[in-house]
Amino acid sequence: MDFLQSIDWMQLLRCFVVGGLICIIGQVLIDKTKLTSARILVIFVTTGVILGALGIYQYLIDFAGCGATVPLLGFGANLAKGAITEAQTSGLLGAFIGGVKASAGGIAAAIFFGYIASLIAKPKIKKQ
Amino acid sequence: MKKLGNQTIMLNNPPYILETSSIVGPKEAGGPLAKYFDQCLEDEFWGEKTWEKAESKIIKENVNSVVAKSGIPATDIDYCFAGDLLNQCISSSFGLRETNIPFFGIFGACSTFVEGMCLGSLFIDGGAAKNVLCATSSHFCSAEKQFRFPLELGNQRPPSAQWTVTGSGAAILSNTNLDKKCPQITYVTPGKIVDMGVKDANNMGAAMAPAALDTLITHLRDTGRKPSYYDAIITGDLGYIGKEILTEMAETKGYNIKNNYNDCGVLIFDKETQDTHSGGSGCGCVGSVFSGYFYQMLKEKKINRLLLIATGALMNSTSSQQGESIPGIAHAVAIENLEK
Amino acid sequence: MKDIETKQEYLDYVDKKSPNSPILKNCFNAFWVGGLICSIGQIIFDFCKYKGLEDTACSTIVSITLIGVAALLTALNIFNKIGKFAGAGSLVPITGFANSIVSPAIEYKSEGYVMGVGGKMFTVAGPVLVFGISTSVIVGIIAIFFI
Repeated sequence: MDFLQSIDWMQLLRCFVVGGLICIIGQVLIDKTKLTSARILVIFVTTGVILGALGIYQYLIDFAGCGATVPLLGFGANLAKGAITEAQTSGLLGAFIGGVKASAGGIAAAIFFGYIASLIAKPKIKKQ
Repeated sequence: MKKLGNQTIMLNNPPYILETSSIVGPKEAGGPLAKYFDQCLEDEFWGEKTWEKAESKIIKENVNSVVAKSGIPATDIDYCFAGDLLNQCISSSFGLRETNIPFFGIFGACSTFVEGMCLGSLFIDGGAAKNVLCATSSHFCSAEKQFRFPLELGNQRPPSAQWTVTGSGAAILSNTNLDKKCPQITYVTPGKIVDMGVKDANNMGAAMAPAALDTLITHLRDTGRKPSYYDAIITGDLGYIGKEILTEMAETKGYNIKNNYNDCGVLIFDKETQDTHSGGSGCGCVGSVFSGYFYQMLKEKKINRLLLIATGALMNSTSSQQGESIPGIAHAVAIENLEK
Repeated sequence: MKDIETKQEYLDYVDKKSPNSPILKNCFNAFWVGGLICSIGQIIFDFCKYKGLEDTACSTIVSITLIGVAALLTALNIFNKIGKFAGAGSLVPITGFANSIVSPAIEYKSEGYVMGVGGKMFTVAGPVLVFGISTSVIVGIIAIFFI
């Protein structure tokens, strides 16, 4: 019960609103531009990398926490942050290693769970 | 046979449509035309392991069904014209590989069924064949997989998108009618490829409507008929958007088709309850709706003169990704009850 | 209606005839589902933090958990229903990335494990990694010279 009491509800609200607003940007892109979902994901990740590199995205993360890190913009920003940090410590090699290293957990999880899901699941039709 | 005008062929000995058969999937079975189909499946796999195998089974069983219903032995069928949407038409060729009927694999996208009927009737009128089989199929899941996205992907379908029909239509054309008073194919109008620059693969109806318009007007000009000559003018799978476009554009060209025109893609699903957006599409759409519903209407003399215009979008996923526009095509056959 | 002569006239006409997506409803659904997914992430994050883990570890656990749940929902044929309802609300969070890897893996299983599952797994999400990682390498190289 201590954990529940420790939750910062204002922080959670900011997270909800910012996360939701980022999704609205995505929805407007889908409805107005007829871009496919793969393109939307690419736009978000690449924008995230650039915003992260420029240091802008960190402000949003500080403000909204997971509202900024969970959307793919955050995935991109994390790639940028990792690449920059590692590049500063180990140079050119770091530029190559840093980004993926910082996001390795997520990438490995997606690949691993994808493989596991393919073992257990069978494709099914959408009912609607 | 004789060529009339630009591209219509008049058949001197109009071939009979001796028998038809249709099989549809569960979603189509939940639609308004369910009772007209010969067989409705309970699941999309139909006991097979893959969508592609399921689609092959649908066309195979449907061909078996139409041959059995017609009462003529399979060995008396001279040629078969069949096609589908999958790459290299594998559902038809795999489904029909054990039939032992000489096989023409044809591709006209969703217009394939009527393309087969055009070619088959010419074979019969020309004396090259006594009995010809025309068949086609499509499957929602195999089409989604090939043309769009995996089924489990959580994306939204825009309101202009159409729903590929899971189903098959098959017909046997013959130079005799075995005293069954069958409807006959009197004219065929093969269509031209028409591309008005529509690139949106989620708006097929709009891409194909100009081709349907071209074939409709050409047919009417070539034969000297008015739209009102026909009890029904039916397009293949223009859906709600394409239907509206065709109706309006025909009107501006001076042809009023408001009273007797409809579209198989509009008829096969209930838009409100089935969430199929702009309607049905796919080879199986016109195939199953004609073989199931319209053939019965013709046999019962509720319709005596039918102009069937099947529409097709001649594109694939590579052409879409390369930014090409979608060329449309429409083939028409006039089907009439000549024996009262 | 006047006669349509050119392709451009036809495209304009088609635009007028084609219904628009219900954008307000879509945005509303995207907003609350997307916000909810992020909030679930935040609660997981806070919980890890409460257990004394570092920020970066907490973030990674959030990603892995959300990806795992999205993969499970995809396998259970539930995610596509959420996606249909929420649109960008489930696509833009990391759950959309997971779904775009898991869904082709399941769909292409029929073409075998190596070329089907393994090869086609990245048909939708591959570009995300290509452009995301490539941009990050460029950013890293620039950082060496300018920071």
